[in-house]
Amino acid sequence: MLRFLVRRVLLVLPVLFGLLVLTFVLVRVVPNDPSASLAGQNATPQQIAEIRAKYGFDRPLIVQFGVYLKQVVQGDFGTSIQSGRPVARDIRQRLPATLELTFAALGLGIGLGVPLGVLAAVRHNRMLDHVLRFFTVGGIAIASFWFAIMLQLLFAMQLDLLPLRGRLSAIMDAPKHLTGLYLVDSLLTLRFDIFWDSLRHLILPAVTLSFGSLATITRFTRSGVLDTLQKEYVLYETAVGYPRWLMLWVYVLRNSVVATVTQVGLLFGALLAGAVVVEAVYDWPGIGSYAVFAIFTSDYKAILAVTLFVGVVYAIVNILVDVLHGVIDPRVAEQM
Amino acid sequence: MAEALLHVDGLRISIPTDDGLAQILDHVDLEIPKGRIVGVVGESGCGKSTLVRAVLGILPRAARVDEGRIGFAGEDLLKLSPADMTRRIRGKAIGFIPQDPFLALNPVFTVGTQLLEIMRWHASDGRAAHRAHLVELLRAVQLPDPDAALDRYPHEFSGGQRQRLLIAGALACRPRLVIADEPTSALDVTTQLQILRLLRDLVSRFDVSMLFVTHDFGVVAQLCDDVMVMYAGQSVEAGPTAAVLDAPKHPYTQMLIACHPDRAQDLAGIPGSVASPLKPPSGCRFHPRCPSAKPVCHGPRPAQVHVAEREVACVLYG
Repeated sequence: MLRFLVRRVLLVLPVLFGLLVLTFVLVRVVPNDPSASLAGQNATPQQIAEIRAKYGFDRPLIVQFGVYLKQVVQGDFGTSIQSGRPVARDIRQRLPATLELTFAALGLGIGLGVPLGVLAAVRHNRMLDHVLRFFTVGGIAIASFWFAIMLQLLFAMQLDLLPLRGRLSAIMDAPKHLTGLYLVDSLLTLRFDIFWDSLRHLILPAVTLSFGSLATITRFTRSGVLDTLQKEYVLYETAVGYPRWLMLWVYVLRNSVVATVTQVGLLFGALLAGAVVVEAVYDWPGIGSYAVFAIFTSDYKAILAVTLFVGVVYAIVNILVDVLHGVIDPRVAEQM
Repeated sequence: MAEALLHVDGLRISIPTDDGLAQILDHVDLEIPKGRIVGVVGESGCGKSTLVRAVLGILPRAARVDEGRIGFAGEDLLKLSPADMTRRIRGKAIGFIPQDPFLALNPVFTVGTQLLEIMRWHASDGRAAHRAHLVELLRAVQLPDPDAALDRYPHEFSGGQRQRLLIAGALACRPRLVIADEPTSALDVTTQLQILRLLRDLVSRFDVSMLFVTHDFGVVAQLCDDVMVMYAGQSVEAGPTAAVLDAPKHPYTQMLIACHPDRAQDLAGIPGSVASPLKPPSGCRFHPRCPSAKPVCHGPRPAQVHVAEREVACVLYG
């Protein structure tokens, strides 16, 4: 097991290196001169050249990358051109908002998707299955920015049930910083008014972000359960009098979620990517909206750091998924 | 003959398919007296498994019981509610040993969890008592290191060991009847023999009756007190094993016994294949393959007659 973990972590390193190279090149081949945008609209060519020299943009790309890589290995992600603060600090500050949003979306996706998938499998090719298929195919196909705007129009503008944007109402102060997750912090400090307010703000972005993964989880759980229901041991468990609900929700489900768990690992990447769009639409102060702003302003150190960070999180989540496979199925654990 | 524990009378079961109605069981009679082992023999596809599933109340959703009665300990099982079948019959009054021990255990739960689950819903004492009882049973089925075995996973056992675990599961709630569905066909020959001996011992030791499904007359000869021969969903001959084996009366039984590798002169087998339940032959379903067939065999199904200690459904003895 330990050897398995060490090997997996070592395998991740070249992937992250590749990610960094690719992003670095992509950011710099775009015909957009960060020096120009830094210098401002009325800058003289000479001022731009000065800035270019100051930030090292005039040196060969490979040299620039070498300098950057050396800094990153030492834990220095550089300074954001726009905020003027260390990128690492910006990310640390904005990370909890994104985590709160992604975990809420993932919780919705798993909490609803797995039961719906089981129900669809049990009602295979009957009414409920068809209805769910309609929504899950839709869920995978719908563009999240469009869906987000529709939800805003309906629930915030028309019905005035939920807030339009942001993480808290303007009159509210953020709860005392413990974990950075407002829902958790407000509960721990017994500020139920903040809890309620941040929950109301979380609902629309979380629903938007979860819709695609909810659909995927439902589909995968459905096909996993359908597959398991054909197994001999299901017939045996019926023949020796296991109650049906127990057999379905415990004995069948655990065999069926292996594919779903793999999907959850992959979906986590999709969720982080989706967070970029959702945060931008809902003005959610996480690293997604930070990344969007960084791209618009050619803040390339911020772009690189966010990309690398998302890559690391994604790699960790997928290692955890592999470990989870071992927990679910003892035969897998033996091969680790 | 002792009082019958299980009494199947004129059972007819059909399943609607895209190609029409499949008459899976067409008049099956079976009697299992207390304390006896009754073998049900027939080729694949003759309805043995459907008979087992009917007794356990786990027929496929589409299946319809057209006629008949399954009497068990004074009740008609066909009239019990699904909840009653789950709580009082399956795993409780009727234990079940499945065909393939490699596929019948859930791979991601320990065998202890799975076997204790049977007892949890059918016996009232606590988990500790269940565990103790189960360890005792595992000792009875001669599984090495029974206490530790409960915490292990199915893939850590051999086929024979798994079948022993499943036999213990069948006996866990002190059943009156145990149904074994070809429990040795997936095992190698030496293990097969050990399991058969074990079953023989357990039946007398735990005072149960047994319905033993097989396609192998050799197994019947070793284990069963009585035998019922099925062909294409009909029971054709039933009686004490010794009598039937020594002098089979129904032409199908005769040919089936002659086919057994231990006895066969040449490996000719029975020409043709089992009649399709979709368009079964009229009358005796065996007549298209029967060497003694007469025009009368096309007529109504021959009635069961009592000849030389057994019941035979054949016009030769009418």
